[in-house]
Amino acid sequence: MIVTGKGGVGKTTVSVALGMRAAAEGKKTIVCEVAAQENASRMFEHTTVGFHEVELEENLWAISIDPDESMREYVLLQLKVRAMRDMLFRSRIFNYLAAATPGLKELVTIGKIWELAQLDRKVKSGGKYDVVIVDAPATGHGVGFLQTPRTFANIARVGPIHSQAQTLDNFITNHDNTGVAIVALPEEMPVNESAALEHDLVNEVGVAVDRVYLNGLYPERFSKGEAEKLTALAEAEEGAPRAAARAALSEFGRAKSQRAQLARLRRRAQAPVKTLPFLFEPDLGPEAARRLSKRLA
Amino acid sequence: MSPTSPTLADALEGKEVVICAGSGGVGKTTTSAAIATGLAARGLKVCVLTIDPAKRLADSLGLEELGNDARRVDPKLFEAQGVEIKGELWAMMLDPKQTFDELIARQAPDEESRDRVLQNPIYQQISGALAGSQEYMAMEKLFELHTEGDFDILVLDTPPSRNALDFLEAPRRLTQFIEGKSLKVFMKPTGFAAKVAGRGATVALSVMKRIVGFDLIADLAEFFNAFSGMVDGFQARAKRVNKLLASPTTCFLVVCGPQGEPIQEAVYFHRKLVEAKLPFGGVIVNKVHYPAEELRGDDEDLPATLAEKLGDDDLARRVAANFADYQALAERDARNIEHLAREMRATGVIRVPYLDEDVHDLAGLAQINKYLFATGEERVAMAAGRA
Repeated sequence: MIVTGKGGVGKTTVSVALGMRAAAEGKKTIVCEVAAQENASRMFEHTTVGFHEVELEENLWAISIDPDESMREYVLLQLKVRAMRDMLFRSRIFNYLAAATPGLKELVTIGKIWELAQLDRKVKSGGKYDVVIVDAPATGHGVGFLQTPRTFANIARVGPIHSQAQTLDNFITNHDNTGVAIVALPEEMPVNESAALEHDLVNEVGVAVDRVYLNGLYPERFSKGEAEKLTALAEAEEGAPRAAARAALSEFGRAKSQRAQLARLRRRAQAPVKTLPFLFEPDLGPEAARRLSKRLA
Repeated sequence: MSPTSPTLADALEGKEVVICAGSGGVGKTTTSAAIATGLAARGLKVCVLTIDPAKRLADSLGLEELGNDARRVDPKLFEAQGVEIKGELWAMMLDPKQTFDELIARQAPDEESRDRVLQNPIYQQISGALAGSQEYMAMEKLFELHTEGDFDILVLDTPPSRNALDFLEAPRRLTQFIEGKSLKVFMKPTGFAAKVAGRGATVALSVMKRIVGFDLIADLAEFFNAFSGMVDGFQARAKRVNKLLASPTTCFLVVCGPQGEPIQEAVYFHRKLVEAKLPFGGVIVNKVHYPAEELRGDDEDLPATLAEKLGDDDLARRVAANFADYQALAERDARNIEHLAREMRATGVIRVPYLDEDVHDLAGLAQINKYLFATGEERVAMAAGRA
């Protein structure tokens, strides 16, 4: 399951919540972060997860996929002879090509995700996971990221990279094993972008979008009639009652405009839309993710 | 915030380039557009550039679409929002592939070398499709526009990088990429492929061949070979791009949100700017929950007071509970911003409040613009609905 969406929409929280959900169902689950963000480990107050499979709680694991480490691991798996590998990493031309070839980092990252999803793991110490959840890069990058295998399959017309890139592309686009969830916010532009992202993912990358999560939906705490009363109160009063009435009116206004955005998203998205509540909490830790995970049933 | 805190207009005085940087989802595009609007309103000829593939800038400027050429935004659109544009506001959305093509055309010593690069299959794949080339090209276009000198000031909305460093490192990576010093040995005009196949093949190459396949190596060699005539031009250009970024007439603004994570990223990014000796101009925090200043001390009886005034106990309870939630968010934001200001040693953190209305059109932009260019005191007053 690949979780994507524009920046700042709560992809990490939703990824962890989805992971908790799967873990609660008894599935051995791993949440993968890409591009060394370490957001999930921060959430669990682990100092760092790093490029290791770390158990956060029962059935729930995490890994931060570092492209350089993935590259080393990949080469190691390709070259059984250690001396040969060491020689390769020391060679300037290899390091140059590895650093300069655009997209190679994304390719080895997806390769590692693929490896994690295999039941017959190539990495000997690795566990067998039922579910792999990927906290993917933001919109824009997200499409490019998932397209990398096909791009490489096209560049390398034959040879091992071609066949491996082809394997990864088949893996990503096969709905039997890979699905995408888009996370959106109930605002005008994020809704537009999510609809555009879904379109690109389906039509350009060829992946299946299973669900759109509309995150951060405010509760409807006040009715229209109550809002009118509060408007009058805010105008008549000073001090705390006025501030409280203004906060209530803000909540009323936001909840209302968010419902309009939800309706727009439901019209424009092909995949089913599921809403997740805004959590009035200073910091979103594991407990917040757990509460969201219960809403994901 | 001290009464003498500098305004954004002070921070941008005499600048020629403003770079809005920060992680995704913090309102960078809107902020860039609002800053450009504010500067144009003050009489400057401004161009705002975005590379955002999500077309947000066009959306927020009320333009149908933006292209790889600057377009002027109709000042009448802003007049309707009560903003008078004394200067000129222009906007463009960068097309990375087209910019790359243009750059090749300019740098190529002759038509043949140009076509060799443009028609190379690897070039065609990387110049448009793959992540990373966007950052290269944003810097390139910025440099080009600055050199042409048609505008008083350029505002750049940086690409939504996963890592702010991707962007800072773009010029250096571009230089390294094109340079390929270690590759030159293998790429004599007779061709790299011939060398690999022939007696000159090194062990490293033969190992690589096993991993990636001969075909790809040969294609890559041809790709770098095609670039070989342009290396000096690219190097010189990347140096000048770096110089522009470090120039005192350039200003980096860090844009972030008030939650813990965006604040951490902003602190990290600021540290990297300082390490790279790049000119940091200030920090803008979007979507801040302002605390209700009036509330100090007398919130004990709030539900009762509200119940009396509203004549509805249930509503009063809900209003008080909602208020407590908002206050908790406001306190969190204040704590995070304090931490941010301390880490950055920044005096004038610009706090843009979380507005009741979703900001996605010119009206919203005009409102954000007012906050950005206000003094700290004016912003507090506006947020409390007193101005």
